[in-house]
Amino acid sequence: MFNNLRRFVDKIKPNFVEGGKFAWLQSTFEAFETFAFTPNRVTKRGSHVRDAIDLKRAMIMVVIALVPAMLFGMWNIGYQTSLHATDWPYELGTTASFLYCFWFGLLRMLPMLAVSYIVGLGIEFTFAQIRHHEVNEGFLVTGFIIPMIVPVTTPLWQLALAVAFAVIIGKEVFGGTGMNFLNPALVARAFLFFAYPTRMSGDNVWIAADLWGTDAITSATPLAELAAGMHPSASALDMLIGTIPGSTCETSVIAVALGATLLLFTGIASWRVMLSVVLGGGLMGLLFNAIGANEYMQVPFYYHYLMGGFMFGAVFMATDPVTAAQTNTGKWIYGLLIGIFAVMLRVINPAYPEGMMLSILLMNCFAPLIDHCVVARNIKMRQHRALKLSKTVKS
Amino acid sequence: MKKLIIEPLRKTNPVTVLVLGICSCLAVTAQLKPALVMGLSVTVVTALSNFIISLLRKGIPNRIRIIVQLVVVATLVILIDQFLKAFAYDVSKQLSVYVGLIITNCIIMGRLEAFALSHGPGESFLDGLGNGLGYSLILVIVAFFRELFGSGTLLGYQIIPQSFYEAGYQNNGLMILPPMALIVVGVIIWIQRTRNPEMQENNQN
Repeated sequence: MFNNLRRFVDKIKPNFVEGGKFAWLQSTFEAFETFAFTPNRVTKRGSHVRDAIDLKRAMIMVVIALVPAMLFGMWNIGYQTSLHATDWPYELGTTASFLYCFWFGLLRMLPMLAVSYIVGLGIEFTFAQIRHHEVNEGFLVTGFIIPMIVPVTTPLWQLALAVAFAVIIGKEVFGGTGMNFLNPALVARAFLFFAYPTRMSGDNVWIAADLWGTDAITSATPLAELAAGMHPSASALDMLIGTIPGSTCETSVIAVALGATLLLFTGIASWRVMLSVVLGGGLMGLLFNAIGANEYMQVPFYYHYLMGGFMFGAVFMATDPVTAAQTNTGKWIYGLLIGIFAVMLRVINPAYPEGMMLSILLMNCFAPLIDHCVVARNIKMRQHRALKLSKTVKS
Repeated sequence: MKKLIIEPLRKTNPVTVLVLGICSCLAVTAQLKPALVMGLSVTVVTALSNFIISLLRKGIPNRIRIIVQLVVVATLVILIDQFLKAFAYDVSKQLSVYVGLIITNCIIMGRLEAFALSHGPGESFLDGLGNGLGYSLILVIVAFFRELFGSGTLLGYQIIPQSFYEAGYQNNGLMILPPMALIVVGVIIWIQRTRNPEMQENNQN
């Protein structure tokens, strides 16, 4: 089958190269060809290869790592609704109910995924055609992540607007994938957060009331409960498994951990960033425990890992290779500060129940500066060492 | 003469090309009405101060010229402020300190230094007028989009029909926040530079 496809692609290729009938569609053709087949070109000069793996394969690996969280999220959407809806058709705990929960979530997630990909890829292809670039791969992951980090009740037109904003303002104005300094998926979420606050925070946005509408059932997330000065009603175990209300697919720490394992095993995401984010969050949590001035500060520090999107952010967003710090020392500083700011925002600023998004965006802005300082310091140190060495040689 | 007024609207626009006067652009453009009044005020001040300084330019000692310029600008701004308080109290309230802050608007000082000190009164007046209009133009464009999508109104009148809201449409809260003004200005600059490739700097070196 692949041979047939290869032959077909080769046959129609002359139409799309320079001088062909459809030369104006070159970028589009190129994108689909390299999506199906590993490109057979090699870099001839001035190579800047960091890894032998093509960017599209790396991106696919991230998508695979996201799948456990996505599947769990689909089930959880249905499960959360079944807990509160009065007209749930199956008795809880039965196989029928399990399947129906999953089905319910699937039907909610599919339109969101479709909107995200159609809008995002549409814009990417348009820009690539106008600029005669290749279509960049980055949106494969971005388009997958965006529906996972918004409330299930987000109307599709708002999602489409957020995706368009993220791709155009977050990425294309700076020159496309690799040139953006903010994580596009988080730009989309930040856009929704600030543009439509009533749809993004508060009690009644987390659980869908019915299959197609945007109506919701009132139920607070653990973060919202803490911000309101209460102890979270969900147990630590519930939060670890992820059977709590929240954004569509980021509630389960276990599912995220599965993805993290794959990313670390294949070496695609940086373990330094992940570890330092976790360390930073823990440190700040412990510090607040020591102060213990209010209910929120007294929450055991590991709760911060379980609540909200902390782990999802640490594994899939902070490690974005484009927007994270590039140097190894820089990664430690970058990650630690993300963790520290995330917990600080959660606990100290009641206006923003979730600090992970804002702290990653903030550190995205500072990542180039961190890298610059690390490199400058390194150069100075080596200079110093060389000078000292030359002095000893002379004497 | 035509050039003095038309050019600042486009190729030498004080906001999108020289990137001056951004602060007030963020502050007063959440709605169209204050933006219009602000643009008008700045235009009057720029034109008149350019005219006055140009008249005085031969008599101003070089070393204290900034102080003289400030005195003239401050006088004009206070006049405008009092005028607004007397005849358009609501808008004056909305603009609050930003009318007073016209004194520090970089466009005015920039035109005084760069143009009025070396040109005749007539030319200077037109140059001030052109630059003020160029500033107003951007302000009005930004305010148009921010008010339309942020509040669904224009000049206070409801533009987006009620049936839209009933169908699930919501005002975009981000448009009300100052960062969006910066982004809209950025998009205007982007469009302008894409349409005029000769305006793009060469980043190769």
